[in-house]
Amino acid sequence: MERFIELRGISKIYDGEKVLDNIDLDIHDKEFITLLGPSGCGKTTTLRIIAGFVTPDEGNVYFNGQEVSEVPPYKRPVNTVFQRYALFPHLNVFENVAFALRLRKTPKAEVEKRVREMLELVRLESFAKRGIDKLSGGQQQRVAIARALISRPKCLLLDEPLAALDAKLRKDMQVELRRIQRETGITFIFVTHDQEEALSMSDTVVVMANGRIQQIGSPIDIYNEPQNAFVADFIGESNILDGVMLADRRCRFARTNFDCLDAGFAPNEPVDIVIRPEDVDVVPPERGMLRGTVTAVTFKGVHYEIIVDIDGFKWMIQSTDFVAAGENIGLYIEPDAIHVMKKSEFSGMFGDYSTFSDEMDEENAANELPSDGEAEN
Amino acid sequence: MTGAAQGGKAPSLAARRERTSLGVKLLNAPYLLWSVIFIVVPILMVVFYAFSETASYYAISFSAGGQEYSCELPAGEGEEALTLEEAKEKAAERYGVALSEAEFTRATLEIRSGGFTLENLRQVWSPSSRHAMLLSFLYSFAATAISLVIAYPFAYVLSRSGAKSQRIQMLLIMLPMWMNMLVRTYSWQQILENNGIINKVFAFFGLGQATMLGTPGAVILGMVYNYLPYMILPIYTVMSKIDVSLLEAADDLGCNGFQKLCRLILPLSVPGVISGLIMVFVPSISTFYISQKMSNGMIKLVGDLIESKIKDQWGSGGLNVGAAMSLVLMVIILVCTFVMNRFSDEDGGGMVV
Ligand SMILES: Nc1ncnc2c1ncn2[C@@H]1O[C@H](COP(=O)(O)OP(=O)(O)OP(=O)(O)O)[C@@H](O)[C@H]1O
Ligand SMILES: [Mg+2]
Repeated sequence: MERFIELRGISKIYDGEKVLDNIDLDIHDKEFITLLGPSGCGKTTTLRIIAGFVTPDEGNVYFNGQEVSEVPPYKRPVNTVFQRYALFPHLNVFENVAFALRLRKTPKAEVEKRVREMLELVRLESFAKRGIDKLSGGQQQRVAIARALISRPKCLLLDEPLAALDAKLRKDMQVELRRIQRETGITFIFVTHDQEEALSMSDTVVVMANGRIQQIGSPIDIYNEPQNAFVADFIGESNILDGVMLADRRCRFARTNFDCLDAGFAPNEPVDIVIRPEDVDVVPPERGMLRGTVTAVTFKGVHYEIIVDIDGFKWMIQSTDFVAAGENIGLYIEPDAIHVMKKSEFSGMFGDYSTFSDEMDEENAANELPSDGEAEN
Repeated sequence: MTGAAQGGKAPSLAARRERTSLGVKLLNAPYLLWSVIFIVVPILMVVFYAFSETASYYAISFSAGGQEYSCELPAGEGEEALTLEEAKEKAAERYGVALSEAEFTRATLEIRSGGFTLENLRQVWSPSSRHAMLLSFLYSFAATAISLVIAYPFAYVLSRSGAKSQRIQMLLIMLPMWMNMLVRTYSWQQILENNGIINKVFAFFGLGQATMLGTPGAVILGMVYNYLPYMILPIYTVMSKIDVSLLEAADDLGCNGFQKLCRLILPLSVPGVISGLIMVFVPSISTFYISQKMSNGMIKLVGDLIESKIKDQWGSGGLNVGAAMSLVLMVIILVCTFVMNRFSDEDGGGMVV
């Protein structure tokens, strides 16, 4: 894969606040790359810089090695699916989708054919004559996708294009977008704040927070080898503990020594320890490496979500076996379940489920992770 | 818990809406009264006068030779107007009585009004008034077109400039409107006069005198000058409401500046253009003051005709003919407005482009 778009040292300041701070990013040809991060972390701003609507205060953007600061948006080989659709209100669905072709004076028959294809792709065949204001949010979003795709750009920028869709349609469109991307070979730069979407669709995930890139990697790398507490917390569920590296492959946390697989730290270096809830085995107390009391249990369908209090730190554990609240249990942790990270600015901010367990009311369980709230602030 | 709270709220909300709708009706009452008094009643009066006659006549009674005679004689108009003495003479003559023998018991000028007639409408179709109507139509059409040509680019630039400069430019547009229109027109008269400012400048440079006052150009200039803000404002309003993200989307899909104008800004600004056209055309076609001042009374538009009819022939049917002209003008304006509105309703105004 060739390097297609490069961001070098990009910074952007709005009202004295650095919303992008020294962003370096390589985007390769035919890559599906996802910018993932909490609201306000600068994802849209990054896209707008690539599309040419925003000029960075520092740094350069290169397309195929060419610096593009002088290239206006309409000459850049990228199309955008805008976060707020930006459909043309005076045109119907068909004409919105056909817009780019009409500009190029494409023959009528071809316009007709390609628009039909696109509408079929986004499953809006029967809506061609509809006015834009008579569509639901999800339908508008799909029109926006079709409109951007029709001119077969070299690169498509998608700013949370699936945010307004229901779960089912969203899943379908994820598969559909992935298929389109593979078939057309168009580079996709996809923005989302849904980590599941990011992991399931992307070749590369870019995790952003506070205007900085926290980690770039494949979905598996990002999940298994988070580089700091923010990434570990934002991607999936994590118990993040304060720990010390005693020696290579030997660490200590929760007042207990453990074997692990990590090495290369200084002796007795303070570190953050990540343990995923699904990697912990529930065992009888006498066989456990750690022991604690169950404070809450929630049925999640496939598994139970169990909050365990161990010396005041609340762990989240996922298990298919039922345990009752108030029960004493033991935890067993394999060496490969322990992931060690260097200390960062995010250390101590995430990874404890104590706020989660006590007021485990309906609203909280429905969708909101406590980590999201913290990350936004 | 939240569900229960919402359930409890729902009926009270509906009840409140009902109450507000009653309140709204009450609030509307003064407005309704207002429009009846100041819109409906005047229009009805115009219609009434347009279809009724006003005739002045001499009511004359006299006795001669022990016999009583009485008759009514049309007072006539202008050249044919009768004096009271002539009327008496005519009355006596009608009955074959010598004027000296007649002993007049009554000889007064009376005005009768209210009878239904189509005579007024027939007069609207007279050559002089047809000519005035045609002129009015042409002049206001020209003024509207010129205003549009000036206002459109101006409104576009205005809507795209910074917030502060927008405020200043708006102020500059509004500023002349704070002055009385009569004063503004009168000052133009001073500027264009044969020994006005422009001609003085011409003379200073040794150029000949140009007669400007009294030309159609001067009248149209007066219209454009006075009504231009009414064209700029609605277009500006519509343009400043065009979402920047739409322009970005057009940019993104490959529009250059010109294509953006044709494919996005023009069609999206049609509603503003339509109201601008109406707001300039309507006052232009019915104006009388501007044409009077800018042509020194030489060019007579419908408005001037109506004014002079009503002013100069008040007692003898001028009011009725004036009302009939106003009525016809009103119908013409209504039809024009309706046609223009149809343009904006149909497929987003693609026809204007
Ligand atoms: N035009 C602007 N003027 C001032 N501040 C801006 C502007 N655009 C963005 N910002 C600020 O920059 C920061 C990043 O905004 P951005 O839109 O890139 O966030 P985002 O990651 O896309 O968030 P979301 O997920 O909510 O869309 C925010 O704090 C925002 O308030
Ligand atoms: Mg955004």
